[in-house]
Amino acid sequence: MKTYTNPVYAYERSPDQDRPPPRRPVIVIGAGPVGLAAAIDLAQRGVPVVVLDEDNTVSVGSRAICWAKRALEILDRLGCGERLVEKGVGWNVGRVFFRDEQVFEFNLLPEPGHHRPAFINLQQYWAEQILVERLADLPQAQLRWQNKVIGVTPKRDYLALRVATPDGEYDLTCDWLIAADGARSPVRTMLGLEAEGQLFRDRFLIADIHMKSDFPAERWFWFDPPFHPNQSALLHRQADDVWRVDFQLGWDADPEAEKQPAKILPRLRAMLGPKAEFEIEWASVYTFQCRRMQRFRHGHVLFAGDAAHLVSPFGARGANSGIQDTDNLAWKLKYVIDGVAPERLLDSYDRERIAAADENVLSSTRATDFITPKSPVSRTFRDAVLALAKQHPFARKLVNSGRLSTPCIHTESPLNTPDRPGETFVGAMVAGAPAADAPVTGQESSWLLDYLSHGFTLMAFGDAVPTDVATALARDRIPCRIVQVGGRNVDGRIAILDTTGLLGERYHARPGTCYLFRPDQHVCARWRSFDAAAVRASIAHATCND
Amino acid sequence: MATLNTQPNLPAPDDFYQELIGLHRDLTEAQSALVNAKLILLLANHIGDAAVLREAMGAAREDVAQDA
Repeated sequence: MKTYTNPVYAYERSPDQDRPPPRRPVIVIGAGPVGLAAAIDLAQRGVPVVVLDEDNTVSVGSRAICWAKRALEILDRLGCGERLVEKGVGWNVGRVFFRDEQVFEFNLLPEPGHHRPAFINLQQYWAEQILVERLADLPQAQLRWQNKVIGVTPKRDYLALRVATPDGEYDLTCDWLIAADGARSPVRTMLGLEAEGQLFRDRFLIADIHMKSDFPAERWFWFDPPFHPNQSALLHRQADDVWRVDFQLGWDADPEAEKQPAKILPRLRAMLGPKAEFEIEWASVYTFQCRRMQRFRHGHVLFAGDAAHLVSPFGARGANSGIQDTDNLAWKLKYVIDGVAPERLLDSYDRERIAAADENVLSSTRATDFITPKSPVSRTFRDAVLALAKQHPFARKLVNSGRLSTPCIHTESPLNTPDRPGETFVGAMVAGAPAADAPVTGQESSWLLDYLSHGFTLMAFGDAVPTDVATALARDRIPCRIVQVGGRNVDGRIAILDTTGLLGERYHARPGTCYLFRPDQHVCARWRSFDAAAVRASIAHATCND
Repeated sequence: MATLNTQPNLPAPDDFYQELIGLHRDLTEAQSALVNAKLILLLANHIGDAAVLREAMGAAREDVAQDA
């Protein structure tokens, strides 16, 4: 590739290969975005973690390119959001064309007053490299390249692993195993587990091209364009003047032949015009599947990312949802390892992230049914929608080139505390929702989410929490940090100001209103007045300690 | 909640039927299928009520479903 050289990470012999290795609290298999995010999160929380990866570099080819707002917010908490955003390409506008006319346009530009944009585009190899570098900062984490797990044996309350390296095999044991080893998950296979779902009978050519171009940084999607009749196509900008191009090929296409430059170049030429100057960086032909495992927790093995659930790429719901898996899992595992929460807290990982995976599978399946109609009548309706969309606004809502990733709201989560009877709230910040960001004034940061990045946090509007109570809550077995918004008495507390009023608006706040956030920044309870006993009860409930 | 009206509601049924058939004059089967699909989508949006639409889809499918 012209714009990127894959780093080669050296294999290093571990002392564990020459001695009976100590039992590890957590081993993560797979150093993709999901495994790396899991490891960083755990290490930041003080949990020693070993990551094993069979390869010696980051992703080859761009693969996941769209990083959604929620994933960026999580990566901020993991200390690497800024680097991704700096390197990436921000975008807000998407256009959909049918034949040679635009039929639909969307603008994801969020309301003002959020730290992170709706999306940035950045090649997966860059994202992984940034995560690898971040992990290297954390003394609690070790990353072992060219360590291929070839055996997983569940014992009563731990796992025994057999690992192959360039200089022989060795054994490891761990209390908990996070399998983030991708769509074909060897761990899943070794444990005799399956991910059930459907394969879509279609093939797509995906290519990265290097091109200096005046095309805007927008997502352009074509149905049946003149340059690629009867199929769909996608053009999307990435960092370093690299562009993602996607061509639908149909089920009968020959994947090997289609990967050859002699086949790809005429397709690109037709799309980009005779004058465009470009070079192919990387190309691949893929099919896709929508499926998930029945459960993500199997005893002491926890599946995350593509290993647990798989969707089509339209919607950017793969890596983004995988990072949300680890956001959900890391704090729970930390409390279980520390002995302050029972193991069944991990069942809520299963429950919450299966709900999220089902949402993503449904969204992805619907988009795929639109892009790849499975029957003549489905094709007819699809074309009817596209034909109507030019003239009639209602039909534009039916055009589906992928509904882009939004975080799951865990409204049905068993960890939530319901609102008190008679206390009413307006807006999106229900129990189970990820916290909405807002600009604030304060010592640590000028964004709310940065204040919700430690453990449980209570955000209290006004002088709701007496100083001695705040101190006591911070010293509990599962501590709760108090962030006070406004008010006069700020001694010994984290104080922020809602200078724009957006914070109060987004949280429908009145003096006395309190929100309790989980360590993954999701709301788990809220009240119109402070009650220390209620806060403790909700923390106990959210950690399965009741 | 609104329900599907299956009582007579067309002021001039014969006129409507003639127009519906006339709509497809000189069209190929594929073109007719496209016109029908567009017509369904336009009417569905006009009705807008998910329960009514679901009831209509159920009524349309009745007696057509293949035996398993």
